[in-house]
Amino acid sequence: MARRVLLIEDEPNIIEAVSFILSRDGWTVHTHSDGLSAVERVRAHPPDLVILDAMLPGRSGFDILQELRGDPATRTLPVMMLTARGQARDRDLAMRLGATHFMTKPFSNAEVLDRVRALANG
Amino acid sequence: MLGFNALVSIALLYGAFLFSVAFAAERRAAQGRDGWLRSPWIYTLSLSIYCTAWTFYGAVGYAARSGLEYLTIYLGPSLVMIGWWWLLRKLVRIGRAQRITSIADLVSSRFGKSSLLGVIVTLLAVVGVTPYIALQLQSIAQSLDVFAARGEGGWTARDGGSAALWSAVGLALFTILFGTRNLDSNERHHGIVMAIAVEAVVKLGALVGLGIYVVWGLGGGVSDMLARLDASPIAAWEQSGGRWIGFTLLSAGAFLCLPRMFQVLVVENADESHLATASWAFPLYLALMSLFVVPIAVTGLDILPAGTNPDMFVLTVPLSQGRDGLAVWAFLGGFSSAASMVMVATIALATMMSNHIIVPMWLRSRRGGAMMAGDVRAMVLTARRASILGVLGLGYLYFRLSGGGTALASIGLVAFVGVVQVLPALVGGLFWRGATRGGAATGLLLGFAVWFWAMFLPSVGDGTAIPAGVMQAGPFGIDFLRPQALFWTGGLDPVLHAALWSLALNVAGFVAVSLASFPGPVERLQGAQFVGVFELSEGPGSWARGAADAEPLLVMAQRIIGAPEAQAIFASHAALQGKEGRLPDVTPEFIRALERELAGSVGAATAHAMIGQMTEGVSVSVEDLIAVADETAQIMEYSNRLEQKSAELGRTAAALREANAKLTALSVQKDGFLSQISHELRTPMTSIRAFAEILRDDGLDEAEQERFAGIIGDEAGRLTRLLDDLLDLSVLEAGQGLLDLRPTSLGGVVDRALDAALPLRDGLGLHRDPELDRLEVVTDPDRLAQVFINLIANARKYCDAPRPELRIVWNPAVHAVDFIDNGSGIRPDQGRVIFEKFSRLSDAGKAGGAGLGLAICREIMTRLGGGIRYLPGQGGGVFRVELPPSPTSETR
Repeated sequence: MARRVLLIEDEPNIIEAVSFILSRDGWTVHTHSDGLSAVERVRAHPPDLVILDAMLPGRSGFDILQELRGDPATRTLPVMMLTARGQARDRDLAMRLGATHFMTKPFSNAEVLDRVRALANG
Repeated sequence: MLGFNALVSIALLYGAFLFSVAFAAERRAAQGRDGWLRSPWIYTLSLSIYCTAWTFYGAVGYAARSGLEYLTIYLGPSLVMIGWWWLLRKLVRIGRAQRITSIADLVSSRFGKSSLLGVIVTLLAVVGVTPYIALQLQSIAQSLDVFAARGEGGWTARDGGSAALWSAVGLALFTILFGTRNLDSNERHHGIVMAIAVEAVVKLGALVGLGIYVVWGLGGGVSDMLARLDASPIAAWEQSGGRWIGFTLLSAGAFLCLPRMFQVLVVENADESHLATASWAFPLYLALMSLFVVPIAVTGLDILPAGTNPDMFVLTVPLSQGRDGLAVWAFLGGFSSAASMVMVATIALATMMSNHIIVPMWLRSRRGGAMMAGDVRAMVLTARRASILGVLGLGYLYFRLSGGGTALASIGLVAFVGVVQVLPALVGGLFWRGATRGGAATGLLLGFAVWFWAMFLPSVGDGTAIPAGVMQAGPFGIDFLRPQALFWTGGLDPVLHAALWSLALNVAGFVAVSLASFPGPVERLQGAQFVGVFELSEGPGSWARGAADAEPLLVMAQRIIGAPEAQAIFASHAALQGKEGRLPDVTPEFIRALERELAGSVGAATAHAMIGQMTEGVSVSVEDLIAVADETAQIMEYSNRLEQKSAELGRTAAALREANAKLTALSVQKDGFLSQISHELRTPMTSIRAFAEILRDDGLDEAEQERFAGIIGDEAGRLTRLLDDLLDLSVLEAGQGLLDLRPTSLGGVVDRALDAALPLRDGLGLHRDPELDRLEVVTDPDRLAQVFINLIANARKYCDAPRPELRIVWNPAVHAVDFIDNGSGIRPDQGRVIFEKFSRLSDAGKAGGAGLGLAICREIMTRLGGGIRYLPGQGGGVFRVELPPSPTSETR
């Protein structure tokens, strides 16, 4: 059963919150807070699910998503975008680039949990 | 034959009739039975105040003097109504959304609620329109003189002057009675609009009636009249294409910019859809008004002795035929034209004067004093009434001083060119986001100055305001400043010359300064709301007042205060209203009560903004947004003090959800500034909400609870700092807030900044120039320290050297403090951008700040009289803080 989540996010307090919520539910949470090396990190230790912020240092989350989708190894990896850029066009962009799910900040903890369970198991 | 007493009695009776019409309309409106008062036909007829005495009498005179050119005065507005309805619709929509009270208010609101622009437009309007009001008084006097000239009834031509005085007094009373009865926020005047509509019918009837008499009674039918036209000198007039086009455009512009037209077009507009009717019905009205002008002019030239004033043909033609009844009707038509123009122009000017000049001055004069709502209301009403008397007084004064000699049409054109100066700022403001306050002010002042010099002063009379020598040779012999031949463009038609130069310089100044300056936050937000008014409000129906249904209100209330509570409130109000179901009617009382209930849980500003958005489609302003976020932060700080999970946290989460919903709604707006604020607010709110929810769950140990509560506190603090920065910036940009200037040791300020930004002196090697301790400058130490703190903190955050170092050095050659780090600096092309708001260089969120710091630094240094720059190519990051060349002394 899938248990590994990679959280790519650069806000320390948001990292702590999401890690806490997911760890409490039994997930192993790895975190990565740099945009430039994020794709390598995914390739090196492929998780079961990626939670991806849009505005990261070095490289945007949309770019990272695009590269992940271009690589056969990560084409079907579940990726949930979690971003404070809540505009319709950001959502459209994320979905067009192949995000599995798009969620805006601030989020409801229960919703994040539900989504993670559904995506990683589905 | 008609005597003086009879004529005056008829005029008085007519006045009393108008009074009772206005009174009845006000009463119906007060009782809420104003259905037909708001019909599109009344709206169309009220637009007829465009046809003043100038068009009523003057058009015939104009035709007799210059042929068909008078048509341009009607063509312009017709083009606007038919071809520019999209512009009118935008004006009306904005007028409603922003509760605009006058054209000065519109321009001022668009450019960030600038009081300066309000004053400029008000003054322009007063100077431009006063002669126009004088013209109306003059026409009343002249028309009475026509009757007097026949020497019957025992009165003389001199009575005309006193008639003008009494007319002015009567109009002032009428205007005060119906124009300042109430201080409605939307400034509508049903009584006056109704009276104008009646007058519109009277004046149209008079001209058409006279026209029919002239064509069929005197002229022997249409074909005979056409033959006469061919034979008359009017047919032979050469028309100048330049003047045609120029005057048509001029009258089109003036139609939009005249304060009185703005009043009836936008302020008194009850429903946007009325424009659809008016867009064809008003041009039709104008066509009817102009139909018989030429036949009357031709007949006058034919049958009256040479030298008769053609401006009065409308009266003299029927009088010469013994048609006293027709003449009296025409007199009433002329009187109506004059009276309706004077009333509306006076109301519009008085609103502008009291709102933009008198009341602000009064409020400023008693700053700090306690103020009661009733207090201000009485004050505003008094100011309004005094302004009405003042405006009419000025008009009367101008009438007496100018001696009433100038031809009617020329005064009208002077006013047209004057008010048209508002057009660039108006149209630019509606369609160009880049238009700025500085640009609008520059354009207006330039245009105003040229118009005043090239048109207004010469119009007072040859050699009166400007000596003949100056007209010929220019001021101080500077020949390119000759009033009617600016920049050596002599030989043009004087009106075209003035219009061309004033508008050209106006537009050039407006565009150039707009391009060169940056709009402030409020200005940018207003710009977005004006330019994008149609994107912000969905369907066309969303603006109808009180359009909200109970159902969506209930849905919203349930989300905020919970379903059972919300349903109970709705049901109890339905019972109070005597209704069967569970949903009450959405009455104002109910909305107020609901707002109070909601305010109890989400705060007053949020509740107000939400209700406003649902019931009136009022768009959200940045002040609303900041108030909402502020409340959220307060609620957060409050709940942060609670150590245990509690009902408060539940409420907090609800409040955050609402604030978030609001931010989502806001982020739909395309304006980058707002979406930036939204993004910056969301980040701390995400942590706050997540940990607030975690705290509500069971099973946390005490250490965890404490830690998470601490994070909530930190993030609430970050939210507050962001809001403080935003407010700080808007205060600085608005030029508000006092500077505390005093002699200050530069070294002391640097030390303070280091203590604040780098308390442990860690992570950054420091070199601090000892020279700084010997320097004393006159400045605001707190503000200067704020700038230094920003630069030190930035160096610490961004300096990318393996061993970051910062040198703080006094540079005597440029009187500046340099902050030099050993990092790789900023890319050359970004050196200017970094001082813009939200301009973090990478989209990397390493900063933790919102990207407002350097923007604030720039504003502070500008206010301190210095500057701040980034110096490229120095082998590291160099920020230079230039201090003003104040007396710097050295201390030992």
